[in-house]
Amino acid sequence: MLDSEVPQEGNSTLGGQRKAMYARGADGKLHIVQSAGWEVEEIVTRQAVEDLNRLAEDARQRVIAGQTSALEFHMHKARMDVPLLSQVTGLWQWRIRRHFRPDIFQGLSAGLLKRYGDAMGLSVEQLKKAE
Amino acid sequence: MEFQHSHASHCESGVMSSMLRHLGLPISEAMAFGLSSALSFAYLPIVKINGLPLVAYRMPPKFIIKGLQKPLGLKMRFETFRSPEAGEQRLDKLLAAGQLVGMQTSVFWLPYMPEDLRFHFNAHNVLAYGRDAASGDYLLSDPVVETTVTCAPADLRRARFAKGVLAPKGLLYYPEGKPSEPDWAKVLPKAIKKTTRILLDSPIPIIGVRGIRRLAKAIERLDAQGKPAAAKMFIGQVVRMQEEIGTGGGGFRFIYAAFLQEAADRLARPALNELSETLIDIGDEWREFALSTARMIRDREPLNPTKLADQLRAIADREQAFFRDLRRAA
Repeated sequence: MLDSEVPQEGNSTLGGQRKAMYARGADGKLHIVQSAGWEVEEIVTRQAVEDLNRLAEDARQRVIAGQTSALEFHMHKARMDVPLLSQVTGLWQWRIRRHFRPDIFQGLSAGLLKRYGDAMGLSVEQLKKAE
Repeated sequence: MEFQHSHASHCESGVMSSMLRHLGLPISEAMAFGLSSALSFAYLPIVKINGLPLVAYRMPPKFIIKGLQKPLGLKMRFETFRSPEAGEQRLDKLLAAGQLVGMQTSVFWLPYMPEDLRFHFNAHNVLAYGRDAASGDYLLSDPVVETTVTCAPADLRRARFAKGVLAPKGLLYYPEGKPSEPDWAKVLPKAIKKTTRILLDSPIPIIGVRGIRRLAKAIERLDAQGKPAAAKMFIGQVVRMQEEIGTGGGGFRFIYAAFLQEAADRLARPALNELSETLIDIGDEWREFALSTARMIRDREPLNPTKLADQLRAIADREQAFFRDLRRAA
């Protein structure tokens, strides 16, 4: 890659930051060049983000329909999955899945709710609402 | 001495380069990367990140920090903590003593990172060089960010004590003693040979050049599964690991090519310059692969896993030939 070939087309997923890339200058030596982003990276990053957003949105719809609890929505929103949430909270995976049932989530103790909230950086109030 | 931040392409080599420069041994990021033999390839179908297999273009975390100890005669100290409080106190104490401290963190909890890149990746390295007296915020040098940044104590605590795969457990590291200028004629050939061993002679078929072929096979199989959405997620993951922040592009191949150029100068061996040219070509081929993949994800060309697998096999053949030549040259 030459200096002139370092992509500068912009990448919205970098949030305005630039990243360091290695490219070849006129003297043939590789050095660091700041890149504003490459479309290819933007596509693959957006792909991952959109997939996570899709899971969260899908869960939100099911919360409204009464098919799952707000916990599942927040888990996806925090970009987690059940194995990760299990590791962070120290709860069994089957227990977390059980808490996805709206009736059971309703009756969770304050201690458990706090544990979930801490894991995802949310207050208990935020955790109860799927928004 | 005033701390000097520099922008790097990879977090771990960037942290070590900054730390060594601060200790009076100016070493470029590429040199830190190459001297610790950090280049690799690994396809780990068992380790899942959000349900997708891990693909790595470099050796595992901490490999660079540990690998620089021997050639530079440097002793690094590593500390992990059971409680966040103890981890925070220790960090404060080290900073108060004027120490530069490296830390392992989770990208997800670092507020200055771009929102879209904040995934639960637990092995991001940053350097702390002080604490702002007024706000109590930590002063950080994150090599993949252009300038220095600050981070509130609560956020840093979360980032350092995140859980999951590769959980940092509050890991801190700092040098004991000073590094010394190595005998380049000795350490460089040794480091290069080690890299060729990793890429060529791995006993496990998922590491090195064999790993690239194994990945090609897995991508080819996506065709028969008839699940285009899942196939796109899989190939997207491969490219994310290759091109996202922290790689310098081309899955670390360009950064290693930069190292080879430096090694050519230090050893006065022009043969390494020619090899560096070949590796730049290979890096460009990785980028072509990324480009095809992105086009398929966006349906700008039809999804064709077999074509991607063939591209990967061509890269594997070239890398195999390249590392054999490199071994002879070292």
